[in-house]
Amino acid sequence: MKGIADAVVIFFVVVGAILVLISAIGAIRLPDVYTRSHAISKSTTLGIMFILLGTCFHFFIQEGHFNSRLLLGVVFIFMTSPVAAHFISRAAYYSGVELWERTVRDDLRNQKE
Amino acid sequence: MTVIFNIALVILSIAMFCFLYRVVKGPSVADRVIALDAMGICLAGIVAIFSIILETSAFLEVILLIGILAFLGTVAFAKFLQKGVIIERERDR
Repeated sequence: MKGIADAVVIFFVVVGAILVLISAIGAIRLPDVYTRSHAISKSTTLGIMFILLGTCFHFFIQEGHFNSRLLLGVVFIFMTSPVAAHFISRAAYYSGVELWERTVRDDLRNQKE
Repeated sequence: MTVIFNIALVILSIAMFCFLYRVVKGPSVADRVIALDAMGICLAGIVAIFSIILETSAFLEVILLIGILAFLGTVAFAKFLQKGVIIERERDR
């Protein structure tokens, strides 16, 4: 039973770390602000939720009660990280950061002028 | 078991170095702010794995605190980029 619980914790933590690494690779390789914001916000949020859920499960096995602070952290990061990414890409668009030159569609172009 | 958590820590550290590269190099301010936000969230994950390794639940408030600080910093930077001010004095609507 202990071995299964450890395996679940290890699975959650390693999958979360690999998701964060994938988003970091996206942050280096993608061409402009909006695509990088896409990579960073979604993948980092999912990875950190995996890591915090694994930690919560580990402390549930160790101490026998749910740790409400970790669940609160999961909910908070799940709510706020996409909101922050949306805010910052909107601010980048209105402050005049260029899109990638091969972008095919720009729905906000008429509102800006 | 600790070895695997150490490997996860190393992976998160490599990810933080990638975000740090983007903070230093990023062509616009928005790039730097997004990468800094991701670095804060990554730091929260590192604190979580450290509290597994050290077998203590004393550091778990730090995760909440880092999350709140990263979100507030990003929102303040976004308002500053868009309008030039963070706190609006006159209310016109």
